[in-house]
Amino acid sequence: MQYEIIISGFGGQGILFMGKILTYAGLLEGKEITWYPSYGPEQRGGTANVTVILSNKRISSPILNEYNTAITLNQPSLEKFEKTIKSNGTLIYDKYGITKMPTRKDIQIFEIDAINSSIKEGNSKMFNMIILGGLIKVTKIVKIESITNSLKKTIQEYNQKFLSMNQYAILKGMNLIKKIK
Amino acid sequence: MEEIKLLKGNEAIAYAAIRYGVDGYFGYPITPQSEIMETLIKERPWETTGMIVLQAESEIAAINMVYGGAACGKKVMTSSSSPGISLKQEGISYMAGAELPGLIVNVMRGGPGLGTIQPSQADYFQTVKGGGHGDYKIIVLAPNSVQEMADHVALGLNLAFKYKNPAMILSDGVIGQMMEKVILPKQCQRKTEREIRKSYPWATLGKSKSCKPNIITSVELDSFLMEARNLRFQKKYRTIEKNEVLYEEFFCDDVEYLIVAFGSAARISQKAVEIARGIGIKAGLFRPITLYPFPMKKLNSYKEKLKDILVVELNAGQMIEDVKLAVECKIPVKHYGRFGGIVPTPQEILEKIKNEINK
Repeated sequence: MQYEIIISGFGGQGILFMGKILTYAGLLEGKEITWYPSYGPEQRGGTANVTVILSNKRISSPILNEYNTAITLNQPSLEKFEKTIKSNGTLIYDKYGITKMPTRKDIQIFEIDAINSSIKEGNSKMFNMIILGGLIKVTKIVKIESITNSLKKTIQEYNQKFLSMNQYAILKGMNLIKKIK
Repeated sequence: MEEIKLLKGNEAIAYAAIRYGVDGYFGYPITPQSEIMETLIKERPWETTGMIVLQAESEIAAINMVYGGAACGKKVMTSSSSPGISLKQEGISYMAGAELPGLIVNVMRGGPGLGTIQPSQADYFQTVKGGGHGDYKIIVLAPNSVQEMADHVALGLNLAFKYKNPAMILSDGVIGQMMEKVILPKQCQRKTEREIRKSYPWATLGKSKSCKPNIITSVELDSFLMEARNLRFQKKYRTIEKNEVLYEEFFCDDVEYLIVAFGSAARISQKAVEIARGIGIKAGLFRPITLYPFPMKKLNSYKEKLKDILVVELNAGQMIEDVKLAVECKIPVKHYGRFGGIVPTPQEILEKIKNEINK
């Protein structure tokens, strides 16, 4: 089984970091993994995206044209990636980030109000972990414990005090996400 | 101890260099390979293994520092991306002429000129056919995964010392920037000066009374001697071509439609082959791991079995010339390329395969 995800939004939203936490969680579960970012000048201000693949066997291409799941955090991302989701795949979008609703009928669609929620909580930097919580709730691609361990390993270097905040945000996301279709 | 890490291709090169006991890294930052030097500086290997990490004042200075380090028998390396590698060509030619080992990493980006920072494979000609002046060859390795980025540091330096010749890792922005699982080798000790004297008697480590001076130079004004030197180089290159070819094959046992691709293009083509197999097309992938020496002999054997070959590259058609030479133009060799920083998707390559088959 190979699981292919694209996460896309504005540069600076923590998309690459979110992808890294997910990828590392996959590694901790013994999966084959790839993480491929858009590393161009779009990182600050424009759209940024990252492709994460988790698999039980050796992964060939890190670059894909269709995905099991797309997470779109702004309107340009939704327009670009809605059509790339495989039939019966999953679309997750942020309520605040989009202006026009997705139109596909053959996919599952989930909404998460992450931007508003993170602002209400007084910490907009929690945003990406709220999204990640929503993702693992609906797709179950990795275990929540793997995400926690991934966070522990990854943010160890910087500051462990942010760990509980991130864990809180992930749980928040798991509760916030709701199925539209 | 071996260690499993989640690393970018560029970071893997840095960690592998420390663990392989590299003596010195000299570089100048440029996207998409800056993480190599950033990681080295963050890891501070000068405090552990004694490895020197130095940001030079320019790419040209960096390659000449590599020349100097190599002349002392040290394991030294530099890295850059396409425009910076162009600047290093004079130094690489001098190293080849002076028969010095050293490792150069090129994480290619789109050109020509300053071009773009996005991935490309447009430096194939420059790397494999020359780049600098004179009749010389460098050993060229084309990793297609983060693991190979790490592994090729040791492989490249081993070959460089075995043949007293520069070696290059020819990678690109895809492999440099992507993260994968890597098993890092266990920590090796750097060679001591005594070990270097013993292993590399040509190294210029200072002259004792009992020995003749070692001279490292690429200049020889007597043309007859220079021709003799060139003949010796050519003999060395033939040995490399005979002994050091590396390649990988996927689904080639019963292949009817063969793709030849290296590095990131090979990863994407492999996916196209997997999809093609799923819909009943007997596609296969041949991936040269060494671009010089090129796997001529093995590719030649396909000319009897196949109707045609497709070469996929992130350039306008460079390796295709070597594939044509390999099959002696006995069968048609087609090309599919995107360039200027655009990376094709597996679907694009699959469409190309379908079109060619239906022709």
